[in-house]
Amino acid sequence: MENPSDNTKEALNLDRSVGDFKFAEDYAYDAGVGLTPEVIKYISKVKEEDEWITDFRLKALETFEKMPLPTHWASKRLEELDFSKIRYYLAKGAKKKRSWDEVPDDVKRTFEKLGVPEQERAFLAGVEAQFDSESAYSNMKEYLEKDGVIFVDSTEGLKKYPEIFRKYFGKVIPTSDNKFSALNSAVFSGGSFIYVPKGVKVQQPLQAYFRINAENFGQFERTLIIADEGAELMYMEGCTAPRFETGTLHSAVVELVALKGAKIQYVTVQNWSDNVFNLVTKRGLAEEGAQIRWVDCNIGSGITMKYPAVVLKGKQAKGEVISIALANNKQHQDTGAKMIHLADETSSNVLSKSVSIGDGRASYRGLVYMPENVSNCKNNTECDALLINSNSRTDTYPAVICAGHNNSVQHEASVSKLSEEQIFYMRQRGLPEADAVSLSVNGFVNDLVKEFPMEYSVELKRLIELQMEGAVG
Amino acid sequence: MRGLEIKNLVVSVADKRVVDGMNLTVSAGEVHAIMGPNGTGKTSLSKAIAGHPDYKIESGEVLLNGENIVGLQPDEIARKGFFLAFQYPVAITGVSIANFIRACLSARLPKGETLNPVEYYKELYAKMDELKIPRNFTTRSVNDGFSGGEKKRCDILQMLMLKPSFAILDETDSGLDIDALRIVSEGVNTARGENIGMLLITHYHRLLEYIKPDKVHVMSGGKIVKSGGAELALELEEKGYDWLKEM
Repeated sequence: MENPSDNTKEALNLDRSVGDFKFAEDYAYDAGVGLTPEVIKYISKVKEEDEWITDFRLKALETFEKMPLPTHWASKRLEELDFSKIRYYLAKGAKKKRSWDEVPDDVKRTFEKLGVPEQERAFLAGVEAQFDSESAYSNMKEYLEKDGVIFVDSTEGLKKYPEIFRKYFGKVIPTSDNKFSALNSAVFSGGSFIYVPKGVKVQQPLQAYFRINAENFGQFERTLIIADEGAELMYMEGCTAPRFETGTLHSAVVELVALKGAKIQYVTVQNWSDNVFNLVTKRGLAEEGAQIRWVDCNIGSGITMKYPAVVLKGKQAKGEVISIALANNKQHQDTGAKMIHLADETSSNVLSKSVSIGDGRASYRGLVYMPENVSNCKNNTECDALLINSNSRTDTYPAVICAGHNNSVQHEASVSKLSEEQIFYMRQRGLPEADAVSLSVNGFVNDLVKEFPMEYSVELKRLIELQMEGAVG
Repeated sequence: MRGLEIKNLVVSVADKRVVDGMNLTVSAGEVHAIMGPNGTGKTSLSKAIAGHPDYKIESGEVLLNGENIVGLQPDEIARKGFFLAFQYPVAITGVSIANFIRACLSARLPKGETLNPVEYYKELYAKMDELKIPRNFTTRSVNDGFSGGEKKRCDILQMLMLKPSFAILDETDSGLDIDALRIVSEGVNTARGENIGMLLITHYHRLLEYIKPDKVHVMSGGKIVKSGGAELALELEEKGYDWLKEM
């Protein structure tokens, strides 16, 4: 499954500056570089947090310092991270805006550059948009408030809804889960807090556009979503980042809680610039009859390590991961899924497609866990990898633990190389080689792209096309 | 001149000579057929003209409407008006026929111009009706899981939409039942006209019962060994190809 980098000349000459934008920013609050208890206290003070949060952060810092980097199985490139040179908190002084008109022009310009389509501007009123580490703009549709739906940034959530927040915060992903969840717990800022009350089905997807825009500035958003019994929601997170000269760390923690019979769909399009380390911990807890679905697309970043997980805690809970990864030159997309079956009759489904371009590398790392005490559980996993060049690489590391009674696990994997005859066929019809490759790749991932909401699937196709520009020849 | 001129063409694949000094002229408005036994370089000829990188043109010229296309990229040759209906059309999973043809047409537009989707679908559906292709056909992935007949129809539909000035149809009759053959032939006959030259490559006489060629050529050993009118096809049907080997 591995193609050694025998021919670097064949590697793609890709202009990563396509889709990378940067505007000058002024910051009112800046924690400086490096990570110390003083930095933590500064962040907590600026955010006017309660003491328990400050303590939570300081304890997390201790945990972070004690834990080793997970380099025993992941990329050695993680060692390039210099935690003493990262800027952990930057914020604009501006108060949150309630209407689009009040949003500063430079921020608007960035949204325009991000390609938020004109039609969606209307929806933006309901968008929780994170601009750098604070939300520059946040507004909620009236109907959300009417139904008692809470959709705010996590800082506001902590302050205004401590009783709900505290009950679930850090419960799905404990601080000590891994070194980066500990780091996030110490310095988190931004991210969304969502609560959907019992039986409320949110019709419109809740969207957030994230963006980082300062050199050496790590982004540590913290998202907590709770769907109460029988509630339903879809959350959409899209990322694009400007190009930086030096490495940037993005390390988010996302916790989902789906109570009895609830449904949560979490959609991500990740397009960080290729010097970003994207080390994200995402996990959902599904109670009885609940459904959690991660729809995840990774196009950008230098290295991504992300394995959305569902803990199927209640009987007949369902978990699903739909995942697309594009690894271009110098990129390593180390993604996958974890399905933890802790109750009877739970089922999970994983569909993963990856494309490796040039010397890009895509890895699938999966875990399916069905212990002794569960029965009648089902898992289906399908991983398909497409290699574009002869020096492209893909790996699959499935871990399956299947004990118990009458449980079934199915794993299918395929690797294929871009077909020259297919490209010739398309070129014979007049498509330039790059267009042909782009169309072929879009075709390969098409059945999964269809799983994304309409506005994302259009954007996705465009992003894939951009990635394939100059991919050959 | 308008049409295709092949002059002293020599083609090799992996150092093996497959076309060996071929000469042929097909003017716009004409339909010629090349017949011949298997392995005589018919398919190699068509792939070489289309610019397939595995088929190396050692010497000679191929003029499309007077312009030498040897050495051009396959997509450049295509956009200059050359179309090849493949013997074995390739599947493109996940790409619908409608989107594929649309992308191919868009690639022919000047930069900045876009295809009018309403006009496009109007024309597409009209051509599909001509070929008796059901509407849902174009939502399927190109050639993916198609029967032999469906693949050929898909190619012919593309030809009608892309409107080439010259088309080579390589063994378009292979794998077709009689009904499909008739439909494809009708498609070819529809496309036939003053502005297009066509070269049919076929092993059997069968296709030529539906498409009357202006000329028939016999290819053997990488070149044309005999040319004649439509009646030559009948002669070949009766006598087979063996008698030509002595020539």
